[in-house]
Amino acid sequence: MSITYLEAIREAQYEALRNDPAVFLYGQDIATFGGAFKATKNLSKEFPNRVFDAPISEDAMVGMAVGAAVEGARPIIEMQFADFSSVGFNQIVNQAATLYWRTNVPCPITIRMPSGGTAGSGPFHSQSMEAIYAHYPGLVIVTPATVEDAYWMLLDSVQLNDPVIYCEHKFLYYHLKADQIGDHELPIGKARIARPGRHATIVTYSAMVHEALRAAEELQLDGYSIEVVDLRSVKPMDTDTILASVARTGRLLALGEAFPWGGVTAEIIARVTTEGFHLLDAPPMRLNSKDTPIPYHPNLWKSHRPTTSTIAGALRRLLRY
Amino acid sequence: MALAPSINCAETDLTADFRDQFLLTYQHMLLARVLEEKLGSLYRAGGRIVGGVYIGKGQEAFSAALGVQLRKGSDIYGPLIRDQAGRIAYGEPILDCVRTYLGTITGPMRGRDGNIHRGRPKEGLLAMISHLGSLLSVVAGGLFARRQAGTLGDSIGATSIGDGGTSTGAFHEGLNMAAVEKLPIIVSIANNQYAYSTPNTRQYACENLVDRAAGYGIEGVSVDATDLASCLKAFRAAVARARSGGGPQMIVGTLLRLAGHGEHDDASYIPDKARQGTSARDCLAVAEKFALDHGWMNSTDLRELNEEVRLNVDQTISKVSNEPAPDPFKENWQALSSADLVEGQHEA
Repeated sequence: MSITYLEAIREAQYEALRNDPAVFLYGQDIATFGGAFKATKNLSKEFPNRVFDAPISEDAMVGMAVGAAVEGARPIIEMQFADFSSVGFNQIVNQAATLYWRTNVPCPITIRMPSGGTAGSGPFHSQSMEAIYAHYPGLVIVTPATVEDAYWMLLDSVQLNDPVIYCEHKFLYYHLKADQIGDHELPIGKARIARPGRHATIVTYSAMVHEALRAAEELQLDGYSIEVVDLRSVKPMDTDTILASVARTGRLLALGEAFPWGGVTAEIIARVTTEGFHLLDAPPMRLNSKDTPIPYHPNLWKSHRPTTSTIAGALRRLLRY
Repeated sequence: MALAPSINCAETDLTADFRDQFLLTYQHMLLARVLEEKLGSLYRAGGRIVGGVYIGKGQEAFSAALGVQLRKGSDIYGPLIRDQAGRIAYGEPILDCVRTYLGTITGPMRGRDGNIHRGRPKEGLLAMISHLGSLLSVVAGGLFARRQAGTLGDSIGATSIGDGGTSTGAFHEGLNMAAVEKLPIIVSIANNQYAYSTPNTRQYACENLVDRAAGYGIEGVSVDATDLASCLKAFRAAVARARSGGGPQMIVGTLLRLAGHGEHDDASYIPDKARQGTSARDCLAVAEKFALDHGWMNSTDLRELNEEVRLNVDQTISKVSNEPAPDPFKENWQALSSADLVEGQHEA
């Protein structure tokens, strides 16, 4: 008996619906069809009148969730692809994100964003939006990298009285399995040491955690032990855990699948250099995808984003400094 | 092509109940007009008002005719930029308005937002954002959640917008969604002919905005928005249809904005010809004449009402002027309700 990352997301929604009658699901093709990725499969059968198909209207979907939240509901919105949330951008950053600040009324909504690339997905079905939303005050951005986090962080998100952008990685949907969902351990806002080490630290999140772990295995053969920090949430970002790790290793590689300009890796490096410059034995390094739209053909796609081998290469350069 | 109906108030509609509502609404309109004139003069005097002043001169009848139909505390209202009269008619105290314009800590927005961007969402009065069209789906969401929770009853939602805002994607998405869900929502469109400075000819290509209602499968009517009696009749009917399960209702009112976009704007782009047309009638004067002609008020009533309203506005502004401004040292600077997840509080 095992459970995939995708099944964990479905199970968490099942639990959320079961635990609280104020929870409902709204998104395109999520009812009878069960969602483009089947993340809501059978939920409309189990919870009739709690799972609704939405028109193709990301702006209206988020606006509707905000209005529902004001009335005491706890909606979970499914964006079919994170890329499409750009249509609902205004409602997310101006309506949902400002509601509590402006009116003192909390906005408990969860927006699920199937994020990141898979082979053949191309420019409009592969984007990672976490840095865009993290830029805005009033939003919490979570990026689960494990089956456990996919499950618990979704349940935590639904219970939180603030808007949460839940970035689930599509590549992990079927590639990641666990024997079972473990206990709830870390709250949102706390990073996890995915692998301890003492020669260099990789700070990363989401699907890149697994590439980083494989790169660390590779470096192990050269006699280096690499620490991997899984941020779990990019906002808030657990700066203390990052700094403590860099204090142990003296070297930092900030790694992310998203586009390079600005973004989460830039934020990690800014925090470490401003708050922990004295901890560094080498200039911090960052590795992202290339600064182009995301390519379609698998050959191009594999070279566009960081992989185990490019991460290992970056680590070797970092360790040689 | 069958065009959507246009509403006019006939003499046969003038029941005692209608008369009472007419007079009540007129008072709301007058209060809004006097309040906004005062805010405008405070703005021009400088120093007191932070940011801009946005008034609804010429739109009071259309705005208040909707607001007065709503039940404060049970109906959801999402007013927009020129709805001071609608807000008053709905039941928002003018204290909330003055406190927000002056940015005092005592106001509903506590100095965190200003002027027309105010509300009390938990009490059914949503706080608009500047992005036009975006409130429609929020009002719809509130109704949707109530229907889910089984608490909708015969409560309704209402929101308003101008001709310019109807061009936004958010407006179309929200209206379509509300129509698909058959939610009891009133969408009030004040066609004041200019979106800031952009005339209707550069805003939309359909003959009349109300023709759009058919495209969404909802009911729509047109009304002369300078005529309070016709506005009241139209909104009364639309609200009754919405309360009894008729789904979204669109009402388009034709008028001319009798002021600039904001008090900083002299509206010199509005040609003289437009200023002399029927839609440029002052709805307050039209309503006044209607009440006088029907013997519902006399000149003494009018004078006394004016004095009372001016006193109310002056007292409110003087009271708020002595209330405290927000103190940055007492501000908690939290954009999240979950205090443990707040970032960016570090000292530089």
